Parts: sequence; C-alpha cells; structure tokens
Amino acid sequence: MSKPKEPIGRRGFLKGAAGSAASLVAAPIVMAQQNPTSPSTAPAPTAQITGNEKPGSDFMVDVLKSLDIEYCAANPGSSFRGLQESFINYGGNKSPEWLTCCHEESSAAMAHGYAKIEGKPMMIMAHGTVGLQHASMAIYNAYADRVPMYIILGNILDVNYRRGNAEWVHSVQDAASMARDFVKWDDTPVTLGHFAESAVRAYKIAMTPPYEPVILVADGTLQEEPTTEKNLRIPKLVMSAPPQGDTAAVAEAARMLVAAENPVIVAGRAARTQKGIDLLIELAETLQATVKDQRMRMNFPSAHPLYGDPGQLPQSPNLAEFDVILGLEVQDFWGATHRQTPLNRFGMESSATTKPGAKIISVSAIELNHKSNYQDFGRYVEADLAITGDTEATLPALIEAVKKLITGDRRRIMQERGAKIAEAGRKWRQQHRDTAGVGWDASPISTARLSAELWAQVRNEDWSLVSFDRMQSSWPTRLWNFSKNYQYIGAQGGAGIGYGLPAAIGAALANRKHGRLTINIQNDGDLNYAPGVLWTAAHHKIPLLNIMHNNRAYHEERMYIQAFAAKFNRGVENGDIGTALNNPDINYASIAKGYGLYAEGPITDPKDLAPAIRRGIERVKAGEPVLLDVVTQPR
Amino acid sequence: MMKRLLWILPFLAIVALAQTRPGDIANGKRIFMRNGCYQCHGTVGQGGLAGPRLAQTKLTLAGFTAYVRNPAPGSMPPFRAKVMSDQELADAYAYVQSVPPPVPPADIPILNIDTR
Repeated sequence: MSKPKEPIGRRGFLKGAAGSAASLVAAPIVMAQQNPTSPSTAPAPTAQITGNEKPGSDFMVDVLKSLDIEYCAANPGSSFRGLQESFINYGGNKSPEWLTCCHEESSAAMAHGYAKIEGKPMMIMAHGTVGLQHASMAIYNAYADRVPMYIILGNILDVNYRRGNAEWVHSVQDAASMARDFVKWDDTPVTLGHFAESAVRAYKIAMTPPYEPVILVADGTLQEEPTTEKNLRIPKLVMSAPPQGDTAAVAEAARMLVAAENPVIVAGRAARTQKGIDLLIELAETLQATVKDQRMRMNFPSAHPLYGDPGQLPQSPNLAEFDVILGLEVQDFWGATHRQTPLNRFGMESSATTKPGAKIISVSAIELNHKSNYQDFGRYVEADLAITGDTEATLPALIEAVKKLITGDRRRIMQERGAKIAEAGRKWRQQHRDTAGVGWDASPISTARLSAELWAQVRNEDWSLVSFDRMQSSWPTRLWNFSKNYQYIGAQGGAGIGYGLPAAIGAALANRKHGRLTINIQNDGDLNYAPGVLWTAAHHKIPLLNIMHNNRAYHEERMYIQAFAAKFNRGVENGDIGTALNNPDINYASIAKGYGLYAEGPITDPKDLAPAIRRGIERVKAGEPVLLDVVTQPR
Repeated sequence: MMKRLLWILPFLAIVALAQTRPGDIANGKRIFMRNGCYQCHGTVGQGGLAGPRLAQTKLTLAGFTAYVRNPAPGSMPPFRAKVMSDQELADAYAYVQSVPPPVPPADIPILNIDTR
C-alpha cells in the first residue's frame, strides 16, 4: 500500500515508529483493516512532517481568542497538549495567558473567583477524565453560585489515535457527561467548523443570565492534525439581552410593595454589577424598605441606613415583622422564610417565620436553568407572585412602576418608616461595636479584633474582600463599609470546601490590573485541600493579603458532632475526633514560605496583629502574595 | 402536660443547685473547653453568630442551668446531667462570670471609625 501524499500530521510524528497514519482521519482506519498490526508486524516507516503545517489547534486558538478571555488556568495534560502548545506559541501566550496550576480544582476555583470580580469567564483546561474528576467539585460550586466558567476538556475520541495505556485511560466516550448535571451546556465538536460554532455558542450561553459554566470538548485528533477543512470561519459573538420580568407581573409587584405597611427586600445574588447595586439602592430608598442582604454577592452598601442587621445568620433573616417580602435571586427562599426542627429535636417539622398573611414575591432567573439531579434549587416556594427574570434587568421597570404608584400620603408614611429603620440601624451598629470589645485581648484572637484591625488598615485603600465572612461571625460586615461591587463576592455556592484560597487568588488576579488591595480571610481547613495554588500566586505574581482564620479545626463539623453527642447524652468531650486540625498544629506560614510567599506567624497575641498586617500590606502593594497565620477563636 | 413540665424545670434546677458548692472558675474554664461550650460561644464567652455572648451573663445560675438543660427550639443542643453535672454547670457559670468586662468601645480607637 502506498503512502498518502497529503501533509503529515503532528500526531503521526508523535506516534513515531508505531504509526504510519496520514493526515486524513479515514486513512489509518483503512490501513488498520487491510494490514492489522500485531507484535510480529514490522512498523511502517516513520511519517515525516515539514514543520510548516498548521495544526487544528491553531484554528481553535483563533476561535477562542475571539472571545476575549484573559486567562486560561490549567494543570498540564497530554490530551490538550496541542492546544497548550498553540496557545503559548502561535497565540503568543496572551488573551488568554496561561496560568500554571497544581490541581484542576485550583484551576476551576480560580476561574470562579476571577469571574465574580471581572464579570466574565476565565478559561480552564483539563483532561476529559482525570482532570475533570479533579475539577468537578469546584465546577459544581460555580454552578450553584451562578458563575460563568469556560471549560475545555481534552479527549481522544478515535481509538486509532490513542497511543498506549495512558491515552486509553485518559479517554472517554462522553467527556462532559460526568459534569453535565452541573453545567449549563456542553458540546463535543467533530470538526473544526463545528468547534468554532460551538465555542462561540458556549460563551454566549455561559454569559446569559443565569450565568453558569459550560464545557467544550477539544478532540485530540482535531487539535493535532493539520487543518484540512475548507472555508473555516469564526462566527460573530452576539450577546443576548438578559431576561426581564413580565411587565404585568412587575406592575403587580409594584402595587403590592407600595401598598405594604412594612415591606422588606431579601437580596440573594441580586446584583451582578455596580449598576445592580445602584438600582437596589434606588428601589430601597424609593420604598424606604429594609434590605436583608444574604451576602451571596455585594448587593447593598453595608453602612446604608436601610441595611438590615447582619448580626444574624444571613440564610435565616428575621422576617417576622414584614407584610410583603420581595426576594431577589434568593437561592433558598423557602429556607429563608421557614424554621425547621433543629438538631436537638427529633422528627422533622417546619413552620413559617413570616407573619400570617405576609405576601411573598420572588424575582429569579434560575428557574430558566433548573436541572433534576443536584438539589441546589431548594424547596418549592409558595410565592404569591413569582417573576422569572434577571433581577438586575428587571429592577428598572420595577422602580419605574413603584414610583408611578407612590402618592403623597404613601411617601410620607414611607419616610416615617425609613426614619425608624435608620434609628434601629444606629442602635444595632453601636451594639456590635460594644460586643466587639468582649474578648478584645483574648488569645486565640477574636474574629472581631481581627476584623477591626484589618479594617483600620485597609479602609483608606481601594480594597476588595474576596472571602465570605460568615465564619468570622460576619464581623467585617458588622464593622466595615462595603459599598462597591468588587468589595464582596459571596461564598462557594455549593458549600464545597477548598474554594476559598484558589477563588481568592483568581479574584486577586482580576483585581490586579485595577490596582486594588485584595484581602482574603482564609479558613484553615479550606486551605489544606489544594495548597499548591499558593505557588501559582507566587509564580504569577498575584498580589493578595491572606489572613488565616486558623481555628485549628473543621469547625462547622465539630459543632455538628458536638450537637449530636449532646442530643444523645454521650461523649460531648469527643467532638475533636475527626474534626480537629491539631496535634501537630499546622504551621501555615512555613507552608506559604515553602511555596514562595512572604509569610508571618503563627500570630497568637492580638497586639502583634496590627504590625504584621502593616508589613503584609507593604509587601502586597509591592506585588507579592502574602500569608499571615493568625490563630483565632472558632467563630 | 409538656408546658407544665417546662415551667417546673427551672424550679427543679434550683433544688438541684442548692446542693452544689460555689462555682470553681478554673474547673469551669476546663469544662467550658472540654465540653465544647467554647465552640459556639468563644473561649471567653464573647459570643458570635453561632452562639450568644455568655461573658458576664445576666442570667442567674438557676436560669443558666435551666436553659442549658432545656434550650429554646432552634438554639443550642441540650446538655443534660448525664453529660454535664449541676456542679460542672455551676463551675462553667462561674467561669463566664469571671471573664473581665469588655473594654469600652470608646477606649478602642479602631472601633470608633465612622463607617458612614
């Protein structure tokens, strides 16, 4: 059989003596049928390449560059080696720039944090098998947190192109299937033209609210073989306008809110951008209504007179005094309006925490993306009015409708209501300051002291807190002034631990070009999942102040074990078994130094905290990631 | 019936407490840590989102004991006499009462930063 005349692909080159494949996909199949390979069969002559061929991965890079993605985070993997080589050489390692990660979970969580600051997706790349398996928890977090992520999986679909055991065990029939329940869309293109169309479509889907991760599978053969397809083109990216609530339903919501004696706004992931915050301020001020912020995003300024008391668990706001409850992208609205049997009781009962006759209005886009398997949608909400639509896109019409309905009498009543809310706010703010002084000099250091010391030194900077503060008893929210959209980005979404450190580094990367001082109050248990991302921060010079909230435990779980032990009258002193991170204590400063960071600690005396923070900020301002290990109270 | 029992509990606690010796602060701190009270209330009883402040609690020992034995639904788990004796509770009470009063916020400049 004569050798084909077509250009020889890199794949054939890499296979060396074991392969005699030509560039056309069909050719090796025919050869295999006519001349089956066996141990006794002499290898065919090694195929030659000229070096002038243009692999399919170059075209893929052209396509992906058209999406204006800044970074691609990846732990290297052979199933996307063609794409990686094209990105760094053909693509010049710009837009996207390659980020070296030590774990795929770090890649995905970095992309998660980045997107919440930058408002657009980062790309990650991983094996379709073992890489996605590593990344899956972090992708689920992003999915449950309604965050866009652009995921490319390498895979070799054609058995004829799999070389050796590693490529067999790294190959999969349907690469995206494992994560299909928690991404919004995926595709496995079989040609480069197909890849181009699906790549653009994937971006559009990810960035149409509700934002979610998407997966595109880049076949190894398509990546590595020379481009032979004719008339390849890159479709134009045209973004969809976000879905807006129905006009009649919005008018009805306005009527209910204006007529209410005491309405409340519960903000989940209400604001996507600064515009969303500004709109929520306008709605709240127009109604003179309390805003209960669940702190899943930066929704509303914490120092605003209408801000609800953060001294309670954000997922369980006190709603008993309100007659109309407007929920804006609340993930678990039922949970926010009900109380369930606590751990210290048997059985499971529930009761509403709202007052009898209170009306519930829901505005949410997540109903456009419900899936069956994972239960992130929460319990069914018996709302009196449910509006499917993106909050930020719906608020202008709602504000306009509300303003039209407000009469002089209603305005006066609202102003009186607003004055009462503001007065209550002054009282709880003073109460929080009083409480912060309890245990001020304690060691382990109180989370109130930690938060106050930090605030004193960052408040005049352009700062961005990229960790969620519930584990610190919400002290930053109680004491700081959050006002800008990048100053708070919420939590994991899927409550998957291991998110904190990599998401903070991704967020810090997004903040870097804006010159913001990024702060991460880092839980100790979370850091230990994949600490190698500290090296990624050092390697890529991502400035970030990490302050350890080192309570030497998986403390939430320790409290659960304690509660169960007490419930059953046994072993309350054993709560540390399986939950404590001591004996030996983990030295986080040493770990961080090993990965190339400036680090101090463990800090146990609260008097040492302020000077350490000052030194840390200086290093961060010089462009470095820093870690201060602070031994803290549990919460 | 259940409501009647709830009323009786504090009185039962008072009777039981009459038989305890004065609280031992050092042992109270040990109990507070060993039994995990600090997990929600902080090592000096300063409180947080997971549990309220106990330092210098205004509850009487009887009220404190009654609450620990039969907490409000939705709050803490009950600690019954089998896992925490009346004497141990009295000691823990003595410990949280012994915590120095908080530094007044007026004396802590960084707590007086105007966030407005």
